[in-house]
Amino acid sequence: MTISLEHYLAVSATLFCLGLLGVLVRRNLLIIYMGLELMLNAANLALVAFSRFNNSPDGQIFVFFIITVAAAEVAVGLALIVALYRKRQTTHVEDLTSMKL
Amino acid sequence: MQEILFYFFAFLTLLFGFLVVANPFSRNPVTSAMFLVLTIVSLAGLFVLLHAFFLAAVQILVYAGAVMVLFLFVIMLLDLKAEERLRIKTIVALEGLVAAGALLAIFFWSLSTLQAPLDRGEPPSLEGGATNLGKLLFSQYVLPFEIVSVLLLVAMIGVVLLSKKELK
Amino acid sequence: MIALLWIILFLPLLVAGLITLVTRRDRNLSAGLSIAAVVVGFILSAIFVHFNGWENSGESSATWLAIGSFQVDFGLRFDPLSMAMMLVVTGVASLIHIYSWNYMLEDPGFSRYFACLSLFTFSMLGIVLAGNFIQLFIFWELVGVSSYLLIGFWFERPAAADAGKKAFLTNRLGDFGFLLGILTVWATLGSLNFSALQNAISSNPAAFGGTATLAGLLIFCGAMGKSAQFPLHVWLPDAMEGPTPVSALIHAATMVAAGVYMLCRVMFLLDVPGSQALEVIAWIGGFTALLSAVIAVQQDDIKRILAYSTLSQLGYMVMGVGLHGPAQSMFHLTTHAFFKALLFLGAGSVILALHHEQNIWKMGGLARRMRVTTWTFLAGTLALSGVWPLSGFYSKDSILALAMDRQNLALLGLGLFVAVLTTFYMFRLVFVVFFGADKSETAGHAHESPQGILWPLRILAALSIVGGVIGIEGLYEAQFGNGHVVAALTWERIWQQLWLPFQLAPVPAFCGLGAVLAGFVAAWSLYGNAASDPLPAKLGVVSTWMRNRFYFDELYEATVIRLHDFLAAVAGWIDRWIIGGAVMVTHGATELTGRALRLVQNGNLQTYAFLFALGVAVVLFLALK
Repeated sequence: MTISLEHYLAVSATLFCLGLLGVLVRRNLLIIYMGLELMLNAANLALVAFSRFNNSPDGQIFVFFIITVAAAEVAVGLALIVALYRKRQTTHVEDLTSMKL
Repeated sequence: MQEILFYFFAFLTLLFGFLVVANPFSRNPVTSAMFLVLTIVSLAGLFVLLHAFFLAAVQILVYAGAVMVLFLFVIMLLDLKAEERLRIKTIVALEGLVAAGALLAIFFWSLSTLQAPLDRGEPPSLEGGATNLGKLLFSQYVLPFEIVSVLLLVAMIGVVLLSKKELK
Repeated sequence: MIALLWIILFLPLLVAGLITLVTRRDRNLSAGLSIAAVVVGFILSAIFVHFNGWENSGESSATWLAIGSFQVDFGLRFDPLSMAMMLVVTGVASLIHIYSWNYMLEDPGFSRYFACLSLFTFSMLGIVLAGNFIQLFIFWELVGVSSYLLIGFWFERPAAADAGKKAFLTNRLGDFGFLLGILTVWATLGSLNFSALQNAISSNPAAFGGTATLAGLLIFCGAMGKSAQFPLHVWLPDAMEGPTPVSALIHAATMVAAGVYMLCRVMFLLDVPGSQALEVIAWIGGFTALLSAVIAVQQDDIKRILAYSTLSQLGYMVMGVGLHGPAQSMFHLTTHAFFKALLFLGAGSVILALHHEQNIWKMGGLARRMRVTTWTFLAGTLALSGVWPLSGFYSKDSILALAMDRQNLALLGLGLFVAVLTTFYMFRLVFVVFFGADKSETAGHAHESPQGILWPLRILAALSIVGGVIGIEGLYEAQFGNGHVVAALTWERIWQQLWLPFQLAPVPAFCGLGAVLAGFVAAWSLYGNAASDPLPAKLGVVSTWMRNRFYFDELYEATVIRLHDFLAAVAGWIDRWIIGGAVMVTHGATELTGRALRLVQNGNLQTYAFLFALGVAVVLFLALK
């Protein structure tokens, strides 16, 4: 059958939930961060799909910006992880409980 | 032809995405990073199928080429030993499945009970070439474009500051 | 003119405040201020009456409280009743204030005593001059407070402190009924001002309707408490723990009379046609008179005998009111004020001379050593017994004549019997205390009291002797009789008054005199030269009952107090476990919830992310539904 918008959206949704699963289940900080990247990419796919099937270039512009911002975010996030590792000597997320009330 | 390619790339994306998260081969983060690269490449394939050529190229260049390389640099920098094979706690797995499953269910449910059509009913005809995007980018979206450049500058400064050794 | 009344009322209050706050250290100044306030009050009262005349009535008031249609004024009312009472109160109080100076001279609480006395004077005058029920009630309570302060004056003695509490609480019980009565009157008639009420009743006697008896009896509850009628009579004998001048002023002459005064004041509410209240009142009065006279026959403390005598005479007055004779009751109240105050002050003189000994069987032979005290006391006794031509004869006879008039032979007989008993126990007291041999060492060393004590005795004796014929009852007739005019006092009138009872109602008059004779003879034969009490041997167990006041206190303790303690315990339990339980349950629930919720905050990043995702799912679901 013709590949329609719904197919692409289904793929995007599944990818997003896979990324969420990674964030919730894995305990290594870096892998959690990778899960986040997966979620971003899923959003990108959805946007491009919408843009294509609605004949509107705005979606692709949006994705362009998202990729840029994601790059900046990764840089900063990784710098934070490095600083954290230097301080705590661990990337195990269960050792980082200073948010406990 | 289109369909086969779509299914192929979709399957790859999901497979590699799954392998990033639930890696049975080794618990080394490097493996996960590699699989993430492969996911991004598959995704670029999907972009091509959607006629977003420029974005596909950008995806590979920037995301796979720069971002993931950065990731790998940091992983190597931290020199992590492989995690001990700790079992994932049942409650945690359950939590994850519940949340992700709930969201997934909602997504599919909303997709299936659509009332208004998602697209306009026209046959898709958008070509995402560099020219088209460039025209739009430098005319209508020039302000966000400039701001994003400032954003990149700020990010750079932030990263430099954060990485300094004496910042305690 | 009216301004005089305001000054008379508030001067003692001012002095009480001054003594408490300013002049406490200076004993003489405090006493002087207090005495001056009341003496000035008496003089101003006399001036006011002289210029106003006896027949004029009026009011002076200012609106104090106005809520919707309910209005209460604060003001003064003067009419023959209140003017006469005002003179009695200020006059007797002046004499007692002067007496107190000598009596309380060595007491460390000298200034406090005079402050309390002035407070009492203010409160009593407030009752006398009150123009509406609310004001009356306020001053009623104030008088109760002053009484409490003065009974428990020597508060280091547990007996005195307990007696003060007992007086206050018993009064409170009566006041509760009083308040209910006031509310009933207000609900039925819509006003609390005495003139307004009187007009309402006289223009429409049926306005009161069926609640007349109930309201009357409830109002009488207040008089029961204040004037110590049965069954609330138990506080008065215990009140003798206070200093003797206090007993004279408050518990003989004025405060206990306030109940009778109040009943006379609202007589128009009580004798509404169709109301049974007065019958009940008459019988309660008669019964109280009988009961206390019987108890008095076997008491050995000089003040207790006089206290029971007061109870008995108050019963007489209440009986008089019940027989539709407010003028006669007020007449007896006035003469009683004179001779009872005299008797108490005389007793005080004796107590002082014998260094605070109060048992009559330790006195004796004082006639030889304390002449003035003896003859004044004797005058008082004769007046109380009702010997012609002293004042008591006329006032008692007026009440007996009233009983005869109303065809109530039962009450007449009761009154005569009580007269016999009265003479009997009073002369028992006189013979044992003043005549016969010395019954103890201290009696042998007694000597006469100073002049500051003797002059009030003399003045009161003179009043007790002539009080019956100078036309006091005429004043009250002006209030209660219709259009009666107070005649001028001339020698002819006095001579006429002297023989009047024998002309108007000879039967009660002669029966009364016969009762006196009987009592005197009985007392003389038993106690003429007695060294100890011969009655217990003759009467046996009845005598024991009389000595123990017929066990009323014990009865109340076993029933009322126990019930009250039980109710208090139940209320305490409810408060602790049921109301407190509700609070505890809330507290527990909140704490448990808090502890449960706290488990969520474990600091784990992934828990937070999970909750976050779950929240998003829920919101999306709700938004897309």
